[in-house]
Amino acid sequence: MTNLCNAPTIPAGEQPHIEVRGLTMAFGDFVLQRNLDFAIPRGSIFVIMGGSGCGKSTLLRHILGLLNPATGSILLDGEDITDIDPEYRQTLMRKFGVLYQSGALWSSMTLAENVSLPLEEYTDLSAKEIRDISTLKLAMVGLRGFEDYYPSEVSGGMQKRAGLARAIALDPEILCIDEPSAGLDPISSKRLDELILELRDSLGTTVVMVTHELPSIYSIGTDSIFLDAETRTMIASGPPTWIRDSCDDPTVHQFMTRGEAPHGK
Amino acid sequence: MTGPRLDVVRDATGIVLRPGGSWDIEVATPAGSDAEAAIATLGRGDTLRYDTSELSAWDSGFLALLLRLEEAAAAREVEVDRSGLPDGARRLLALAESVPAREDARRDSGQAPMLDRVGKSTIAVATNAGESVEFLGETTQAVSRFLTGRGSYRKRDLWLLVQQAGAGALPIVSLVTFLLGAILAFVGAVQLQQFGATIYVANLVAVAMERDMGALMTGIVMAGRSGAAYAAQLGSMKVNQETDALVTLGISPVDFLVVPRVIALSSMMPLLTLYSVLMGIAGGALVAVAMLDLSLTTYWNQTVDALSMAGLMGGLFKAFVYGILISVAGCWQGMRCGGSASAVGDAATAAVVSSIVAIISAAGVFAWVFYMLGI
Repeated sequence: MTNLCNAPTIPAGEQPHIEVRGLTMAFGDFVLQRNLDFAIPRGSIFVIMGGSGCGKSTLLRHILGLLNPATGSILLDGEDITDIDPEYRQTLMRKFGVLYQSGALWSSMTLAENVSLPLEEYTDLSAKEIRDISTLKLAMVGLRGFEDYYPSEVSGGMQKRAGLARAIALDPEILCIDEPSAGLDPISSKRLDELILELRDSLGTTVVMVTHELPSIYSIGTDSIFLDAETRTMIASGPPTWIRDSCDDPTVHQFMTRGEAPHGK
Repeated sequence: MTGPRLDVVRDATGIVLRPGGSWDIEVATPAGSDAEAAIATLGRGDTLRYDTSELSAWDSGFLALLLRLEEAAAAREVEVDRSGLPDGARRLLALAESVPAREDARRDSGQAPMLDRVGKSTIAVATNAGESVEFLGETTQAVSRFLTGRGSYRKRDLWLLVQQAGAGALPIVSLVTFLLGAILAFVGAVQLQQFGATIYVANLVAVAMERDMGALMTGIVMAGRSGAAYAAQLGSMKVNQETDALVTLGISPVDFLVVPRVIALSSMMPLLTLYSVLMGIAGGALVAVAMLDLSLTTYWNQTVDALSMAGLMGGLFKAFVYGILISVAGCWQGMRCGGSASAVGDAATAAVVSSIVAIISAAGVFAWVFYMLGI
């Protein structure tokens, strides 16, 4: 593994919010990525980049505990969460808000009910307060007035925004987002970026984002890693603009510049 | 326009392939077996060249054939000279080769040897059995959480499921069991008439319905109706990552999705069965009155004599167990569904098959146990 393209972004002595150590992801005998080592600083917008099929979404599913690592460990606030009691994991999961690629709204519930469910599960708020909060969260993502619509009755972009409203229902410490701009037009996609930035700034949320949308990577990403499908490991890490300007690896450079000719800097 | 053809010409340094005519995607392409045979005679130092002076049009089939021949040539270390090819064909071939195949990503598409397949399916059966027991255990734990009020589910979902599995199933259950009662009466009548004992048709119908047939037929109807629906609902939620969304919220999908379905179906099955016994008796009565010249009062009195509390309770207990089997099988197939639309269909099919197998096997076991107990 070359260390040419790795910029340390966490000041010595500070504990990262999430840390991944020596992670190998595999499906049976097929190794997807090996030896992943990186740390996600608190309050950062951390981007997992890479070409299609390199295991970006799978890495996110590992961090969320939906898949178990072949080897290696994942630490949350310095605590290993890879092999823990399922009930304890459930309490930890409350710190996470997740926006799935397709939105993954519960199709049998209205948008307001989707946002309300986490609140009903984990708070003792009254029905009216829950209704107010879910209306507020939906308004924050620009869906005021759509509370009583079912997911199948609204557009894909709106489903995605409703999914974000659900993900932030419990004011999570960590917001995980899988392909935020997939299926969105450039303007909605930019609005979503601004929304994510706003949430980070106002709530101090750490954002972990899987994407290959260059404009949003550069505009909001504060830190990133690059997974390579060819060598099956991470070949660059650091702030996205730093990687673009300083990394000489041809694969990384092609990706970061949409395949433009090597730069002369 | 002439059809596609591929001639092979040998020369001092190897062979020249001379494709000719018009290659069209709608016309079968030449097999190229002479070319293959010719390439097989070549070796290191020989060259494969093209002459396309007689070629008027080419298509993807042409490229696919060339790619296959060139691969064969490369395996024999024959040099390939593409300069004779049309410019467009050369560029497309280069495009197809620009990204090398990921060796370990390629699946073995060939038929595995017999022993291999037998071994794999044996292991699959064992894993399946293990997984289903695990799922049953999880469900049992979740049901006990539900009963002690610690489970997380939505009351509205539960009532909706109860309505779907209960009142919603009445029309189909009525039809099937009414006709079943009538059929039993016909079958019985033919035999009993020989002894002049047609009145015992009432006993036959009543006893068969209350003990076994009511629960069994209702079970089979519900397996097709609710079991498949559960598998499809949970399967499509899985495909759409909705179950993942529950897990990451710290809500167990078993608590939230499986338990309400198991509770709804297992509580509605005995009620539906009770109703189906009535419908079966009504069906039998229709046949008895219309075809066998029995009066309704005689038939009714005979039926009341034949029914027993123990038999009825046995039937309802069986229905309760079938309800559990159907809902657990349906939910299990849904929860282990793969990630595609066709996987949802497979899960629904598997749910119906496995729940029917489960209830028929359970019916066999019950018949034996009840016989031994003398009920």
